[in-house]
Amino acid sequence: MSYIQQKALIVKKEELAQGIFRYTLKNSELVSLSRAGQFVHILCGEKTLRRPISICSIDKENGVFDIVFSAKGEGTHWMSGQNKGDEYDVLGPLGNGFDTDIKGRVLLIGGGIGVPPMLCVASEILAPCDAILGFGSKDAVILEKDFKAVCSNVHITTDDGSFGRKGLVTDLLSEIADRQKYSVIYACGPAPMLKAVAMIAEKNKIKCCVSLEERMGCGVGACLVCACKTKHGNIEQFSHVCKDGPVFNAQEVVW
Amino acid sequence: MADMRVCIADVYMKNPVITASGTFGFGREYNEIYPIGCLGGISCKGTTLNEKSGNEPPRIIETHSGMLNSVGLQNPGVDHFLKEDLPWLKSQDVAVILNVAGSTVEEYCKIAQKVSDSDIDIIELNISCPNVKEGGVAFGTSANSVESITQQVKMHTKKPVMVKLSPNVTDIAEMARAAQSGGADAISLINTITGMRIDINTKRPFLKNNIGGLSGRAVFPVALRMVWQAANAVSVPVVGMGGIATAQDAIEMMLAGASAVQVGTANFTDAYAPVKIIQGIEKYLDDNGVCDVNDIVGQVKIW
Repeated sequence: MSYIQQKALIVKKEELAQGIFRYTLKNSELVSLSRAGQFVHILCGEKTLRRPISICSIDKENGVFDIVFSAKGEGTHWMSGQNKGDEYDVLGPLGNGFDTDIKGRVLLIGGGIGVPPMLCVASEILAPCDAILGFGSKDAVILEKDFKAVCSNVHITTDDGSFGRKGLVTDLLSEIADRQKYSVIYACGPAPMLKAVAMIAEKNKIKCCVSLEERMGCGVGACLVCACKTKHGNIEQFSHVCKDGPVFNAQEVVW
Repeated sequence: MADMRVCIADVYMKNPVITASGTFGFGREYNEIYPIGCLGGISCKGTTLNEKSGNEPPRIIETHSGMLNSVGLQNPGVDHFLKEDLPWLKSQDVAVILNVAGSTVEEYCKIAQKVSDSDIDIIELNISCPNVKEGGVAFGTSANSVESITQQVKMHTKKPVMVKLSPNVTDIAEMARAAQSGGADAISLINTITGMRIDINTKRPFLKNNIGGLSGRAVFPVALRMVWQAANAVSVPVVGMGGIATAQDAIEMMLAGASAVQVGTANFTDAYAPVKIIQGIEKYLDDNGVCDVNDIVGQVKIW
Protein backbone atom coordinates (compact mmCIF):
# COMPACT_ATOMS: atom_id res chain seq x y z
CA MET A 1 0.00 0.00 0.00
CA SER A 2 1.57 3.20 -1.14
CA TYR A 3 0.02 6.28 -2.64
CA ILE A 4 0.55 10.01 -2.98
CA GLN A 5 -1.49 13.15 -3.53
CA GLN A 6 0.13 15.32 -6.18
CA LYS A 7 -0.46 17.30 -9.34
CA ALA A 8 -0.38 15.46 -12.65
CA LEU A 9 0.16 17.40 -15.86
CA ILE A 10 -2.24 16.74 -18.74
CA VAL A 11 0.00 15.99 -21.72
CA LYS A 12 -2.68 14.68 -24.11
CA LYS A 13 -6.45 14.81 -24.40
CA GLU A 14 -8.51 12.83 -26.89
CA GLU A 15 -12.26 12.27 -27.27
CA LEU A 16 -12.53 8.55 -28.10
CA ALA A 17 -16.29 8.56 -28.58
CA GLN A 18 -19.09 11.01 -27.82
CA GLY A 19 -18.44 12.14 -24.23
CA ILE A 20 -15.72 9.55 -23.58
CA PHE A 21 -12.29 11.02 -23.01
CA ARG A 22 -8.78 9.64 -22.85
CA TYR A 23 -6.27 11.76 -20.96
CA THR A 24 -2.54 11.14 -20.69
CA LEU A 25 -1.17 12.42 -17.37
CA LYS A 26 2.42 12.90 -16.31
CA ASN A 27 3.61 12.11 -12.81
CA SER A 28 6.52 9.70 -12.68
CA GLU A 29 6.29 9.07 -8.93
CA LEU A 30 2.67 8.01 -9.19
CA VAL A 31 3.39 5.91 -12.27
CA SER A 32 6.25 4.13 -10.51
CA LEU A 33 3.79 2.96 -7.83
CA SER A 34 0.98 1.91 -10.18
CA ARG A 35 -0.19 -1.46 -11.38
CA ALA A 36 -3.06 -2.78 -13.48
CA GLY A 37 -6.52 -2.56 -11.93
CA GLN A 38 -5.72 0.35 -9.62
CA PHE A 39 -7.45 3.71 -9.79
CA VAL A 40 -6.73 7.37 -9.14
CA HIS A 41 -8.97 9.77 -7.20
CA ILE A 42 -9.24 13.10 -9.00
CA LEU A 43 -10.20 16.45 -7.51
CA CYS A 44 -12.90 18.10 -9.64
CA GLY A 45 -12.81 21.89 -9.24
CA GLU A 46 -14.90 22.95 -6.26
CA LYS A 47 -16.54 19.56 -5.73
CA THR A 48 -16.33 18.10 -2.22
CA LEU A 49 -15.69 14.54 -3.40
CA ARG A 50 -12.98 13.32 -5.75
CA ARG A 51 -13.89 11.04 -8.66
CA PRO A 52 -12.36 7.56 -8.80
CA ILE A 53 -11.11 6.73 -12.32
CA SER A 54 -9.39 3.48 -13.34
CA ILE A 55 -5.93 3.54 -14.80
CA CYS A 56 -6.06 2.51 -18.47
CA SER A 57 -2.36 2.31 -19.25
CA ILE A 58 0.95 2.74 -17.49
CA ASP A 59 4.13 3.93 -19.25
CA LYS A 60 6.90 3.70 -16.64
CA GLU A 61 9.61 4.75 -19.07
CA ASN A 62 8.00 8.12 -19.79
CA GLY A 63 6.37 8.54 -16.39
CA VAL A 64 2.88 8.88 -17.89
CA PHE A 65 -0.41 7.05 -17.42
CA ASP A 66 -3.75 7.17 -19.20
CA ILE A 67 -7.25 7.38 -17.83
CA VAL A 68 -10.49 7.04 -19.77
CA PHE A 69 -13.77 8.36 -18.42
CA SER A 70 -17.28 9.16 -19.51
CA ALA A 71 -18.27 12.79 -18.88
CA LYS A 72 -21.75 12.23 -17.55
CA GLY A 73 -21.92 13.94 -14.15
CA GLU A 74 -20.82 17.32 -12.79
CA GLY A 75 -17.42 16.05 -11.67
CA THR A 76 -16.48 14.28 -14.89
CA HIS A 77 -17.81 17.23 -16.93
CA TRP A 78 -15.41 19.46 -15.04
CA MET A 79 -12.63 16.98 -15.79
CA SER A 80 -13.43 16.96 -19.50
CA GLY A 81 -13.17 20.76 -19.52
CA GLN A 82 -9.48 20.58 -18.63
CA ASN A 83 -6.98 20.70 -21.46
CA LYS A 84 -3.40 19.87 -22.37
CA GLY A 85 -1.11 21.93 -20.13
CA ASP A 86 -3.60 22.00 -17.23
CA GLU A 87 -3.12 19.88 -14.13
CA TYR A 88 -5.28 17.49 -12.18
CA ASP A 89 -4.86 17.04 -8.43
CA VAL A 90 -4.53 13.28 -8.17
CA LEU A 91 -4.58 10.92 -5.19
CA GLY A 92 -3.28 7.48 -6.05
CA PRO A 93 -2.58 4.89 -7.11
CA LEU A 94 -5.34 3.33 -4.99
CA GLY A 95 -6.81 -0.13 -4.55
CA ASN A 96 -5.35 -3.60 -4.89
CA GLY A 97 -5.27 -4.18 -8.67
CA PHE A 98 -5.28 -7.42 -10.66
CA ASP A 99 -2.70 -10.15 -10.18
CA THR A 100 -0.73 -10.09 -13.43
CA ASP A 101 1.55 -13.02 -12.56
CA ILE A 102 -0.56 -15.65 -14.34
CA LYS A 103 0.39 -18.90 -16.03
CA GLY A 104 -1.85 -20.05 -18.84
CA ARG A 105 -4.36 -18.12 -20.92
CA VAL A 106 -6.30 -15.11 -19.63
CA LEU A 107 -9.73 -13.92 -20.72
CA LEU A 108 -10.48 -10.23 -20.20
CA ILE A 109 -14.05 -9.00 -20.25
CA GLY A 110 -15.02 -5.35 -20.27
CA GLY A 111 -18.41 -3.68 -20.51
CA GLY A 112 -18.82 -0.01 -21.46
CA ILE A 113 -16.66 2.25 -19.30
CA GLY A 114 -15.38 -0.96 -17.65
CA VAL A 115 -13.36 -1.64 -20.82
CA PRO A 116 -10.41 0.78 -20.24
CA PRO A 117 -8.97 -0.83 -17.06
CA MET A 118 -8.82 -4.18 -18.86
CA LEU A 119 -6.44 -2.66 -21.42
CA CYS A 120 -3.99 -2.02 -18.61
CA VAL A 121 -4.22 -5.67 -17.54
CA ALA A 122 -3.69 -6.84 -21.13
CA SER A 123 -0.56 -4.69 -21.43
CA GLU A 124 0.94 -5.61 -18.06
CA ILE A 125 0.29 -9.34 -18.19
CA LEU A 126 2.84 -11.66 -19.81
CA ALA A 127 0.44 -14.55 -20.37
CA PRO A 128 -1.53 -14.66 -23.65
CA CYS A 129 -4.82 -12.76 -23.45
CA ASP A 130 -8.14 -12.78 -25.27
CA ALA A 131 -10.70 -10.05 -24.78
CA ILE A 132 -14.46 -9.70 -25.04
CA LEU A 133 -15.53 -6.07 -25.07
CA GLY A 134 -19.16 -5.01 -24.91
CA PHE A 135 -20.65 -1.65 -25.87
CA GLY A 136 -24.09 -0.13 -26.38
CA SER A 137 -23.62 0.62 -30.06
CA LYS A 138 -21.00 1.29 -32.74
CA ASP A 139 -20.68 4.95 -31.62
CA ALA A 140 -19.55 3.88 -28.18
CA VAL A 141 -16.85 1.42 -29.26
CA ILE A 142 -13.46 2.49 -27.88
CA LEU A 143 -9.89 1.18 -27.66
CA GLU A 144 -10.40 -1.61 -30.21
CA LYS A 145 -7.00 -1.03 -31.85
CA ASP A 146 -5.25 -0.81 -28.49
CA PHE A 147 -6.64 -4.17 -27.43
CA LYS A 148 -5.77 -5.76 -30.76
CA ALA A 149 -2.15 -4.69 -30.23
CA VAL A 150 -1.83 -6.61 -26.96
CA CYS A 151 -4.41 -9.44 -27.16
CA SER A 152 -4.44 -12.57 -29.33
CA ASN A 153 -8.17 -12.42 -30.01
CA VAL A 154 -10.48 -9.45 -29.52
CA HIS A 155 -14.23 -9.99 -29.70
CA ILE A 156 -16.62 -7.06 -29.74
CA THR A 157 -20.31 -7.10 -28.98
CA THR A 158 -22.86 -4.30 -29.19
CA ASP A 159 -26.33 -4.30 -27.66
CA ASP A 160 -27.93 -3.21 -30.95
CA GLY A 161 -25.69 -5.18 -33.30
CA SER A 162 -24.40 -2.04 -35.05
CA PHE A 163 -20.82 -3.29 -34.64
CA GLY A 164 -19.30 -6.69 -33.97
CA ARG A 165 -21.64 -9.30 -32.67
CA LYS A 166 -25.16 -8.37 -31.52
CA GLY A 167 -25.83 -9.20 -27.90
CA LEU A 168 -24.10 -9.23 -24.55
CA VAL A 169 -20.54 -10.17 -23.65
CA THR A 170 -21.94 -13.09 -21.68
CA ASP A 171 -23.53 -14.63 -24.81
CA LEU A 172 -20.09 -14.85 -26.35
CA LEU A 173 -18.44 -15.88 -23.10
CA SER A 174 -20.59 -19.01 -22.82
CA GLU A 175 -19.46 -20.13 -26.27
CA ILE A 176 -15.79 -19.28 -25.87
CA ALA A 177 -15.48 -20.77 -22.40
CA ASP A 178 -16.56 -24.11 -23.89
CA ARG A 179 -13.96 -24.02 -26.67
CA GLN A 180 -10.90 -22.56 -25.03
CA LYS A 181 -9.23 -23.35 -21.73
CA TYR A 182 -8.58 -20.27 -19.56
CA SER A 183 -6.64 -20.02 -16.29
CA VAL A 184 -8.51 -16.95 -15.20
CA ILE A 185 -11.22 -14.50 -16.25
CA TYR A 186 -10.83 -10.84 -15.32
CA ALA A 187 -13.84 -8.56 -15.73
CA CYS A 188 -14.91 -4.97 -15.23
CA GLY A 189 -18.27 -3.43 -16.09
CA PRO A 190 -21.82 -2.98 -14.80
CA ALA A 191 -22.78 -5.16 -11.81
CA PRO A 192 -25.36 -7.31 -13.68
CA MET A 193 -22.70 -8.12 -16.29
CA LEU A 194 -20.15 -9.02 -13.62
CA LYS A 195 -22.64 -11.24 -11.84
CA ALA A 196 -23.46 -13.08 -15.07
CA VAL A 197 -19.74 -13.46 -15.90
CA ALA A 198 -19.07 -14.80 -12.40
CA MET A 199 -21.82 -17.42 -12.76
CA ILE A 200 -20.56 -18.64 -16.13
CA ALA A 201 -17.00 -18.78 -14.78
CA GLU A 202 -18.13 -20.81 -11.79
CA LYS A 203 -20.08 -23.20 -14.01
CA ASN A 204 -16.97 -23.74 -16.14
CA LYS A 205 -14.72 -23.94 -13.06
CA ILE A 206 -12.59 -20.99 -14.15
CA LYS A 207 -11.13 -18.64 -11.55
CA CYS A 208 -12.72 -15.19 -11.91
CA CYS A 209 -11.85 -11.77 -10.49
CA VAL A 210 -14.08 -8.73 -10.92
CA SER A 211 -13.47 -5.02 -10.46
CA LEU A 212 -16.38 -3.48 -8.54
CA GLU A 213 -17.72 0.03 -8.35
CA GLU A 214 -19.45 1.83 -5.48
CA ARG A 215 -19.97 5.48 -4.58
CA MET A 216 -16.76 6.50 -2.88
CA GLY A 217 -15.57 8.99 -0.27
CA CYS A 218 -11.95 9.12 0.89
CA GLY A 219 -10.64 6.48 -1.55
CA VAL A 220 -8.06 5.17 0.94
CA GLY A 221 -10.12 3.03 3.33
CA ALA A 222 -10.73 5.52 6.12
CA CYS A 223 -14.37 6.56 5.72
CA LEU A 224 -15.96 3.17 4.97
CA VAL A 225 -18.71 4.47 2.67
CA CYS A 226 -17.93 2.33 -0.41
CA ALA A 227 -19.18 -0.87 1.19
CA CYS A 228 -19.81 -4.05 -0.77
CA LYS A 229 -20.96 -7.34 0.69
CA THR A 230 -18.48 -10.19 0.57
CA LYS A 231 -18.45 -13.68 2.07
CA HIS A 232 -15.59 -15.58 3.62
CA GLY A 233 -16.73 -19.12 4.23
CA ASN A 234 -20.23 -18.66 5.58
CA ILE A 235 -19.58 -15.29 7.11
CA GLU A 236 -20.87 -12.26 5.24
CA GLN A 237 -19.35 -8.86 5.87
CA PHE A 238 -19.01 -5.42 4.32
CA SER A 239 -15.69 -4.97 2.55
CA HIS A 240 -14.68 -1.68 0.99
CA VAL A 241 -14.18 -1.20 -2.72
CA CYS A 242 -11.43 1.41 -2.37
CA LYS A 243 -9.08 -0.50 -0.07
CA ASP A 244 -10.09 -4.19 -0.10
CA GLY A 245 -10.84 -3.91 -3.85
CA PRO A 246 -11.72 -2.73 -6.37
CA VAL A 247 -10.70 -6.23 -7.53
CA PHE A 248 -12.38 -9.10 -5.71
CA ASN A 249 -12.38 -12.83 -6.20
CA ALA A 250 -15.83 -13.29 -7.79
CA GLN A 251 -16.65 -16.18 -5.45
CA GLU A 252 -16.33 -13.86 -2.46
CA VAL A 253 -18.79 -11.31 -3.79
CA VAL A 254 -22.38 -11.41 -2.50
CA TRP A 255 -24.33 -10.27 -5.57
CA MET B 1 6.64 31.54 15.87
CA ALA B 2 3.48 31.53 17.92
CA ASP B 3 2.87 28.88 20.56
CA MET B 4 0.31 26.48 19.05
CA ARG B 5 -0.11 24.21 22.06
CA VAL B 6 -3.57 23.77 23.54
CA CYS B 7 -4.90 21.89 26.52
CA ILE B 8 -8.30 20.20 26.32
CA ALA B 9 -9.60 18.39 29.40
CA ASP B 10 -6.08 18.30 30.90
CA VAL B 11 -4.66 16.75 27.74
CA TYR B 12 -1.93 18.69 25.97
CA MET B 13 -1.90 18.77 22.18
CA LYS B 14 0.86 20.24 20.02
CA ASN B 15 -1.70 22.28 18.07
CA PRO B 16 -5.47 22.78 18.02
CA VAL B 17 -6.17 20.71 14.88
CA ILE B 18 -7.77 17.29 15.35
CA THR B 19 -9.08 15.02 12.59
CA ALA B 20 -12.77 14.24 13.02
CA SER B 21 -14.25 10.86 13.79
CA GLY B 22 -15.42 8.76 10.85
CA THR B 23 -13.33 10.57 8.28
CA PHE B 24 -9.87 9.41 9.29
CA GLY B 25 -10.22 5.76 10.35
CA PHE B 26 -7.61 5.05 13.00
CA GLY B 27 -5.01 7.15 11.22
CA ARG B 28 -3.10 4.54 9.24
CA GLU B 29 -4.47 5.37 5.77
CA TYR B 30 -3.53 9.05 5.95
CA ASN B 31 -0.18 8.29 7.56
CA GLU B 32 0.75 6.93 4.10
CA ILE B 33 0.43 10.49 2.79
CA TYR B 34 1.93 12.55 5.64
CA PRO B 35 3.15 11.75 9.17
CA ILE B 36 0.04 12.06 11.36
CA GLY B 37 2.26 12.98 14.30
CA CYS B 38 2.04 16.58 13.07
CA LEU B 39 -1.63 16.71 14.11
CA GLY B 40 -2.84 17.89 17.49
CA GLY B 41 -5.05 14.86 17.84
CA ILE B 42 -7.04 12.18 16.12
CA SER B 43 -10.63 11.39 16.92
CA CYS B 44 -10.93 7.73 15.98
CA LYS B 45 -13.74 6.08 14.08
CA GLY B 46 -16.87 5.70 16.26
CA THR B 47 -16.28 2.55 18.27
CA THR B 48 -18.87 0.27 19.84
CA LEU B 49 -18.60 -2.55 22.40
CA ASN B 50 -18.88 -5.23 19.72
CA GLU B 51 -18.01 -5.19 16.04
CA LYS B 52 -20.67 -3.45 13.94
CA SER B 53 -21.23 -4.05 10.22
CA GLY B 54 -22.93 -0.75 9.37
CA ASN B 55 -25.68 0.11 6.89
CA GLU B 56 -26.38 -1.23 3.40
CA PRO B 57 -24.77 0.77 0.57
CA PRO B 58 -25.02 3.26 -1.07
CA ARG B 59 -23.78 5.10 2.00
CA ILE B 60 -22.71 8.37 0.42
CA ILE B 61 -24.00 11.02 -1.96
CA GLU B 62 -22.48 14.37 -2.79
CA THR B 63 -24.54 17.52 -2.21
CA HIS B 64 -23.88 21.17 -3.03
CA SER B 65 -20.69 22.00 -1.10
CA GLY B 66 -20.98 18.87 0.97
CA MET B 67 -22.08 15.28 1.24
CA LEU B 68 -24.50 12.98 3.01
CA ASN B 69 -23.33 9.74 4.62
CA SER B 70 -25.09 6.83 6.25
CA VAL B 71 -22.22 4.54 7.25
CA GLY B 72 -23.97 3.50 10.45
CA LEU B 73 -20.96 3.14 12.73
CA GLN B 74 -19.23 0.23 10.99
CA ASN B 75 -16.28 -0.58 13.25
CA PRO B 76 -14.30 -3.57 14.57
CA GLY B 77 -15.26 -3.10 18.24
CA VAL B 78 -13.41 -1.72 21.24
CA ASP B 79 -11.29 -4.82 21.98
CA HIS B 80 -9.91 -4.81 18.46
CA PHE B 81 -9.16 -1.09 18.80
CA LEU B 82 -7.28 -1.56 22.07
CA LYS B 83 -5.22 -4.46 20.73
CA GLU B 84 -4.60 -3.54 17.09
CA ASP B 85 -4.88 0.23 16.72
CA LEU B 86 -4.12 1.97 19.99
CA PRO B 87 -0.48 0.83 20.43
CA TRP B 88 0.35 1.99 16.90
CA LEU B 89 -1.51 5.30 17.33
CA LYS B 90 0.28 6.07 20.61
CA SER B 91 3.62 5.48 18.92
CA GLN B 92 2.78 8.29 16.46
CA ASP B 93 2.98 10.93 19.20
CA VAL B 94 -0.53 12.31 18.74
CA ALA B 95 -3.39 12.77 21.21
CA VAL B 96 -5.80 9.86 20.83
CA ILE B 97 -9.49 10.61 21.23
CA LEU B 98 -11.72 7.55 21.17
CA ASN B 99 -15.17 8.30 19.78
CA VAL B 100 -17.51 5.94 21.63
CA ALA B 101 -21.03 4.92 20.60
CA GLY B 102 -23.60 2.49 21.86
CA SER B 103 -27.24 1.51 21.78
CA THR B 104 -27.78 1.45 25.55
CA VAL B 105 -26.40 3.46 28.45
CA GLU B 106 -24.84 0.25 29.78
CA GLU B 107 -22.95 -0.23 26.54
CA TYR B 108 -21.46 3.28 26.72
CA CYS B 109 -20.49 2.64 30.35
CA LYS B 110 -18.88 -0.72 29.56
CA ILE B 111 -16.66 0.79 26.86
CA ALA B 112 -15.76 3.70 29.12
CA GLN B 113 -14.72 1.20 31.77
CA LYS B 114 -12.75 -0.91 29.29
CA VAL B 115 -10.66 2.05 28.16
CA SER B 116 -10.32 3.53 31.64
CA ASP B 117 -6.81 2.14 32.18
CA SER B 118 -5.77 2.25 28.52
CA ASP B 119 -3.48 4.76 26.82
CA ILE B 120 -6.25 6.75 25.14
CA ASP B 121 -6.31 10.43 26.07
CA ILE B 122 -9.97 11.41 25.84
CA ILE B 123 -13.33 9.69 25.38
CA GLU B 124 -15.53 11.50 22.88
CA LEU B 125 -19.06 10.50 23.80
CA ASN B 126 -20.93 10.12 20.53
CA ILE B 127 -24.55 10.72 21.42
CA SER B 128 -25.22 12.33 18.08
CA CYS B 129 -24.83 9.73 15.33
CA PRO B 130 -27.89 10.13 13.09
CA ASN B 131 -27.34 6.88 11.18
CA VAL B 132 -28.18 4.13 13.65
CA LYS B 133 -31.67 3.07 14.65
CA GLU B 134 -30.95 2.54 18.32
CA GLY B 135 -28.92 4.76 20.57
CA GLY B 136 -26.67 7.40 19.09
CA VAL B 137 -28.65 10.54 18.61
CA ALA B 138 -31.51 9.24 20.74
CA PHE B 139 -29.37 10.10 23.79
CA GLY B 140 -28.35 13.45 22.39
CA THR B 141 -31.61 15.22 21.72
CA SER B 142 -33.04 15.74 25.21
CA ALA B 143 -31.25 17.68 27.92
CA ASN B 144 -32.17 15.15 30.59
CA SER B 145 -30.68 12.20 28.75
CA VAL B 146 -27.54 14.17 27.79
CA GLU B 147 -26.93 14.98 31.44
CA SER B 148 -27.76 11.50 32.65
CA ILE B 149 -25.61 9.56 30.17
CA THR B 150 -22.68 11.93 30.73
CA GLN B 151 -22.98 11.41 34.49
CA GLN B 152 -23.11 7.63 34.22
CA VAL B 153 -20.21 7.35 31.79
CA LYS B 154 -18.12 9.63 34.02
CA MET B 155 -18.76 7.25 36.95
CA HIS B 156 -17.32 4.35 34.96
CA THR B 157 -14.05 5.85 33.75
CA LYS B 158 -10.98 7.77 34.82
CA LYS B 159 -10.59 9.24 31.35
CA PRO B 160 -11.74 12.76 30.54
CA VAL B 161 -15.07 12.77 28.72
CA MET B 162 -15.85 15.11 25.82
CA VAL B 163 -19.51 15.02 24.84
CA LYS B 164 -20.17 15.34 21.09
CA LEU B 165 -23.43 17.19 20.58
CA SER B 166 -26.00 16.80 17.83
CA PRO B 167 -27.04 19.87 15.83
CA ASN B 168 -30.47 18.30 15.34
CA VAL B 169 -31.91 20.03 18.41
CA THR B 170 -33.91 23.18 19.10
CA ASP B 171 -31.59 24.74 21.64
CA ILE B 172 -27.89 23.82 21.44
CA ALA B 173 -27.00 25.91 24.50
CA GLU B 174 -29.34 23.83 26.63
CA MET B 175 -27.62 20.62 25.48
CA ALA B 176 -24.19 22.09 26.15
CA ARG B 177 -25.23 23.07 29.69
CA ALA B 178 -26.72 19.60 30.24
CA ALA B 179 -23.42 17.95 29.26
CA GLN B 180 -21.53 20.28 31.58
CA SER B 181 -23.82 19.58 34.53
CA GLY B 182 -23.43 15.87 33.84
CA GLY B 183 -19.70 16.35 34.44
CA ALA B 184 -18.37 16.65 30.88
CA ASP B 185 -14.72 17.73 30.77
CA ALA B 186 -15.25 19.24 27.31
CA ILE B 187 -17.84 19.32 24.58
CA SER B 188 -17.45 18.96 20.84
CA LEU B 189 -19.87 19.97 18.11
CA ILE B 190 -21.39 19.65 15.60
CA ASN B 191 -22.09 16.14 14.41
CA THR B 192 -23.77 15.94 11.00
CA ILE B 193 -27.13 17.55 10.24
CA THR B 194 -29.78 15.05 9.19
CA GLY B 195 -30.50 15.32 5.47
CA MET B 196 -31.81 13.57 2.36
CA ARG B 197 -31.54 13.50 -1.45
CA ILE B 198 -33.70 11.73 -4.02
CA ASP B 199 -32.81 10.39 -7.48
CA ILE B 200 -35.61 11.83 -9.64
CA ASN B 201 -35.26 9.09 -12.26
CA THR B 202 -35.72 6.15 -9.91
CA LYS B 203 -37.65 8.15 -7.29
CA ARG B 204 -35.44 6.42 -4.72
CA PRO B 205 -33.41 8.23 -2.08
CA PHE B 206 -29.72 8.09 -3.05
CA LEU B 207 -28.88 6.58 0.31
CA LYS B 208 -30.10 3.05 1.06
CA ASN B 209 -30.78 4.29 4.59
CA ASN B 210 -33.03 6.97 2.98
CA ILE B 211 -31.58 9.69 5.18
CA GLY B 212 -28.06 10.49 6.30
CA GLY B 213 -25.82 13.08 7.90
CA LEU B 214 -24.86 16.25 6.03
CA SER B 215 -21.27 17.42 6.35
CA GLY B 216 -18.80 19.56 4.43
CA ARG B 217 -18.55 23.27 3.73
CA ALA B 218 -22.33 23.66 3.41
CA VAL B 219 -22.77 23.18 7.18
CA PHE B 220 -20.01 25.57 8.30
CA PRO B 221 -22.12 28.68 9.09
CA VAL B 222 -24.61 26.56 11.06
CA ALA B 223 -21.77 24.89 12.95
CA LEU B 224 -20.08 28.21 13.68
CA ARG B 225 -23.29 29.68 15.09
CA MET B 226 -23.84 26.62 17.30
CA VAL B 227 -20.25 26.58 18.55
CA TRP B 228 -20.58 30.27 19.45
CA GLN B 229 -23.85 29.65 21.33
CA ALA B 230 -22.47 26.57 23.10
CA ALA B 231 -19.22 28.29 24.06
CA ASN B 232 -21.21 31.14 25.61
CA ALA B 233 -23.28 28.66 27.61
CA VAL B 234 -20.52 26.62 29.29
CA SER B 235 -17.16 27.07 30.98
CA VAL B 236 -15.59 23.77 29.84
CA PRO B 237 -13.53 23.79 26.62
CA VAL B 238 -15.45 23.55 23.35
CA VAL B 239 -14.03 21.74 20.32
CA GLY B 240 -15.59 23.13 17.15
CA MET B 241 -16.23 21.27 13.94
CA GLY B 242 -18.56 21.22 10.97
CA GLY B 243 -17.40 22.09 7.47
CA ILE B 244 -13.95 23.38 8.40
CA ALA B 245 -11.83 23.24 5.23
CA THR B 246 -9.39 26.14 5.54
CA ALA B 247 -7.36 27.95 8.19
CA GLN B 248 -9.81 30.84 7.90
CA ASP B 249 -12.68 28.50 8.87
CA ALA B 250 -10.65 27.15 11.81
CA ILE B 251 -9.77 30.67 13.01
CA GLU B 252 -13.43 31.72 12.79
CA MET B 253 -14.34 28.72 14.95
CA MET B 254 -11.70 29.65 17.52
CA LEU B 255 -12.79 33.30 17.55
CA ALA B 256 -16.34 32.03 18.17
CA GLY B 257 -15.09 30.21 21.26
CA ALA B 258 -13.61 26.87 20.18
CA SER B 259 -10.42 25.92 22.03
CA ALA B 260 -9.59 23.43 19.28
CA VAL B 261 -11.12 22.32 16.00
CA GLN B 262 -11.81 19.09 14.18
CA VAL B 263 -11.43 18.63 10.43
CA GLY B 264 -13.56 15.95 8.77
CA THR B 265 -14.99 15.98 5.27
CA ALA B 266 -12.19 18.27 4.06
CA ASN B 267 -9.86 15.25 4.31
CA PHE B 268 -11.71 13.67 1.38
CA THR B 269 -11.29 16.74 -0.81
CA ASP B 270 -7.67 17.36 0.14
CA ALA B 271 -5.75 14.84 2.22
CA TYR B 272 -3.40 17.65 3.28
CA ALA B 273 -6.24 19.89 4.57
CA PRO B 274 -5.37 19.47 8.29
CA VAL B 275 -1.69 20.19 7.61
CA LYS B 276 -2.54 23.32 5.60
CA ILE B 277 -4.90 24.46 8.36
CA ILE B 278 -2.17 24.11 11.01
CA GLN B 279 0.22 26.14 8.83
CA GLY B 280 -2.47 28.73 8.08
CA ILE B 281 -3.31 29.27 11.75
CA GLU B 282 0.39 29.72 12.55
CA LYS B 283 0.72 32.30 9.78
CA TYR B 284 -2.36 34.21 10.97
CA LEU B 285 -1.00 34.35 14.51
CA ASP B 286 2.43 35.52 13.32
CA ASP B 287 0.94 38.08 10.92
CA ASN B 288 -1.19 39.49 13.72
CA GLY B 289 1.52 39.44 16.38
CA VAL B 290 -0.32 36.89 18.54
CA CYS B 291 2.12 34.78 20.59
CA ASP B 292 -0.25 32.10 21.81
CA VAL B 293 -3.06 30.41 19.87
CA ASN B 294 -5.16 30.29 23.03
CA ASP B 295 -5.32 34.09 22.93
CA ILE B 296 -7.72 34.09 19.97
CA VAL B 297 -10.27 31.75 21.57
CA GLY B 298 -13.62 33.53 22.00
CA GLN B 299 -12.22 36.87 20.79
CA VAL B 300 -15.05 37.57 18.34
CA LYS B 301 -16.20 41.19 18.76
CA ILE B 302 -19.95 40.85 18.77
CA TRP B 303 -21.92 43.83 17.45
